[in-house]
Parts: sequence; C-alpha cells; structure tokens
Amino acid sequence: MSEATTDWEPRIVAFLCTWCSYAGADLAGISRLQYPTNVRVIRVPCSGRLDPFYIIKALQRGADGVLVSGCHPGDCHYISGNYVARRRFSILKRLLEYVGIEPGRVQFTWISAAEAERFAKMMRKVTADVKALGPAKRLVKDYGAISRLVD
Amino acid sequence: MEDQIRDTAVKLLKDGSVGMIIGYEAGTLPLRASPCVITNAEQTDRLVWNMSCGSNLATYLPSVAKANPDQKIGILAKGCDSRSILGLIKERQIERDGIYVIGMPCSGILDRRKIESDLNGAEILEAHIDGDKLTLSTSEHPASSIQYPVSSIIHSSCSTCQHRTPVLYDVLIEDSSGNPNALSAPDASPYEQVEAMESQSADERWEYFMSEMSKCIRCYACRGACPFCYCTQCFVDQNQPQWFGKTTELSDIAIFHLVRAFHVAGRCVSCGACARACPMGVDLMYLTRKIEKDLDELYGYVAGLDVEELAPFATFRKDDPQEFITEPD
Repeated sequence: MSEATTDWEPRIVAFLCTWCSYAGADLAGISRLQYPTNVRVIRVPCSGRLDPFYIIKALQRGADGVLVSGCHPGDCHYISGNYVARRRFSILKRLLEYVGIEPGRVQFTWISAAEAERFAKMMRKVTADVKALGPAKRLVKDYGAISRLVD
Repeated sequence: MEDQIRDTAVKLLKDGSVGMIIGYEAGTLPLRASPCVITNAEQTDRLVWNMSCGSNLATYLPSVAKANPDQKIGILAKGCDSRSILGLIKERQIERDGIYVIGMPCSGILDRRKIESDLNGAEILEAHIDGDKLTLSTSEHPASSIQYPVSSIIHSSCSTCQHRTPVLYDVLIEDSSGNPNALSAPDASPYEQVEAMESQSADERWEYFMSEMSKCIRCYACRGACPFCYCTQCFVDQNQPQWFGKTTELSDIAIFHLVRAFHVAGRCVSCGACARACPMGVDLMYLTRKIEKDLDELYGYVAGLDVEELAPFATFRKDDPQEFITEPD
C-alpha cells in the first residue's frame, strides 16, 4: 500500500459537539491557529448524540482515524449528555481494541469553546498518531469485492 | 425433575393460574429439545427437562405475552433464563404480574459441538444421560456405545455459570441430581478467555476476530435466539438509510457482530443461546463476555440480578473512570 510513499495523508473524521468542541474549532479558526488539514469535521448536537455505529461506519468507509470530542464533564449543554457518552465510548473503545483495532485509531477527548489552542494541539496529536499507524485496513469494506465476483 | 415439572404444570393449568406454559419438548433428533407452548393439562406429558434444553425460553415471552394479553403465561426458567426474564421486566417488555415463573435449578447444558467434533461426522442414533455419564450410539458403530463424562461436554457458558439457581421464580423445582455440589458456583472465572485474549497483541486479536467472523453466514440465528434482540427492526435490516451492507463481505459481518454485541451490552446474561444456535460455530460469546467484564470492572454492573438498578448506559456517575480520554500533550 501507500505506507511506503511519503505523500500519504490520513483522512480523519472528527465528530464535534456543537456547543463546546465545534465552537472551539471555530475559535481556533478565528484565532488563525495552524492545524493539519487532515481533519474532516462533522458537527453533532452533543457527544451523547453520537451512535457508536457512526464511528464504526466511518471506519468501514475508510477513515484512517476517528476523533470524538464533547464538552468537558460538567459543562454539557444538555446537563448529562457527555456523561452518558463517556460510558458508551469507554466500552466501545475497549471493544474495538479488543478485536484488534489499533489503539490511536479511535480517540475521545473534551474541548471547550474557549480552548482553541487545545483544539489545534489535539488535531496535531491525532494526525501524528494516525500517521504513525499508517492507512487503516481493519474493518474497511472492500466495495469492489462484489463487482469483481461478477466479472 | 421432569415429573415435578409435569405435576406443577398440570396443577397450574387445571386451577387456571396460567393459560399456557412455555417449556421444552423432545426434539426430533437425539440430544435435541425444542421450545413448546402447552395450553391444557393433557399436553403436559410433552414437557421434558434435560441437558439439551439449551434455548433461552425468555426469548419467546414478549411475543407470546403480547398475543395473549388476558392470560397469565407460565414459563420454565433456568438460572440464565430467569435473569433474562428479569431483564425483560426491567425493559418493560413484559409485566411481572403477567407471568408465572417455574424456576429450574440447572447444572449445565450440553455443547453439541463438542460431541460432534469428536464423532468425525458420524450421526448420533441414540443418546441418554444417566447421572454424570452420556452414552451414545452412532451411525459409524451402531452396535457399540461411546461414553462421555458429562462435565467434559458442558457448554462453556455453563462451566463458569455463577447463577445456577434462578434469581426470580414463583415456584422452584427441587434439584434431584443427588449431587450436593451440582448447583454451587464453579471456581473458574467467567472471564478467563477474555483475559487470555487481552494479553495478546492487536495483530493476534485481529487474526482471531477475522477467523471467527469468516465462518459467519449471516443467518441471524444468534439474533433469533437472543431474548434481548427484540427490536421490531434490527439495524442490519434498516434500508432507509441502509447503515450496513447485508453481504457476507468480511467487514459487513464483523460490524454486524460488533454492533450486535454492543446492543446487548449491559443486558446480555451470557446464557449462551446465541452460540448454541449458531450453525457455523462462531465464537460469539467472546465479544459479549468482553463487554460484560468491562461493565463489571468499570461500573460494577452485572446484568439480570436487580430489577430496580438502572442499566449501565442509562445512568452515570460524575467520577466514572475516563482513562481512555486523550490529552493533547
């Protein structure tokens, strides 16, 4: 694969909650902070809104990394959405790593609306982690398999 | 025990305490038992109880109860079945008052696969269990018989079972095995396999996961056998939007099993009905056991024991562990 070539750039899906982390990303932009362009942001109402299979689906469609970020515990706009999400993601992350998904492929964090610097640092860290892992192969669906079968 | 069950069933049906009883009847093949519903005292002779009663009868409870809203439903329940029933009451799929649980102490269910792998494809013609011995005759050697100690062919979910006596019942059938230790919890940890797996490298774990997943033919027998797979529409059957493919491409299979395991998180009682229903022998419980272990470790939650306790994903503590959160530096 393209691991050997140096021009490979990972694609990372970041699910950001609209109240804290997305606003943090916004502030990072307004503040002209530099961070890698590998991150594709998807805005969600709350980290608690995230069905675990959005994460799994992203991996299946070939995302090299997935980051989920919500408000810090105690700061949730919906009072307890991130507390509920924390339990869910804790179990999900352990399950994914248990079946052999590399630790670092799927990451979770908290970023507040004021933490533009933390947002930029986080994006740099996740990008570096995923780059070190190389392109995702596990759970990625081979969409060509059926058509090759027909040929 | 069978006589006790039949006597209880006759009494319950005759005095009108229940309208019907969900139990087991002899299957059409040796070492097979099928679920059955009996509705009058004359049919109670059909009821059987033995080590091949491997399906979880709680699976049928919500639909039978829904179809017969004005009748009380009797049900035979092993330890694991009773924990599933408790879970279904907790999730408000059935009402406690609408059912009558006949508790069955259980010392374990057979793992047919263990026997079959030993027989090299020969068909079992006759089988009977006497005490702690299973005696078989097979198509290969019809005249002679093969014997197994029962303990060697018990299902893995049973050999580490901590709840052999039902946790919820209206009447409890007495254990007649004569073995005072038959119902005591074994020393072996239910998480041994999970711990062994955790100690392996990510590559080894992925290899095992893929080797198990590649056996799956997507028949959904596991889903059908599970008391907690009662969604009116399963996520794999949704097509607007279609989240996951219905193919037997490895990624689709793996995701079906991952998400299914996740959907029964905090609800699965490790009865093993899915694994016994699987025609391909996929090791399904290694996923559900992992979640079970983590929930126990992180939140001290064990499914199917307390009807009042909130499900682990329905609640939280402010100081829940969060060692998995990434810090930027």
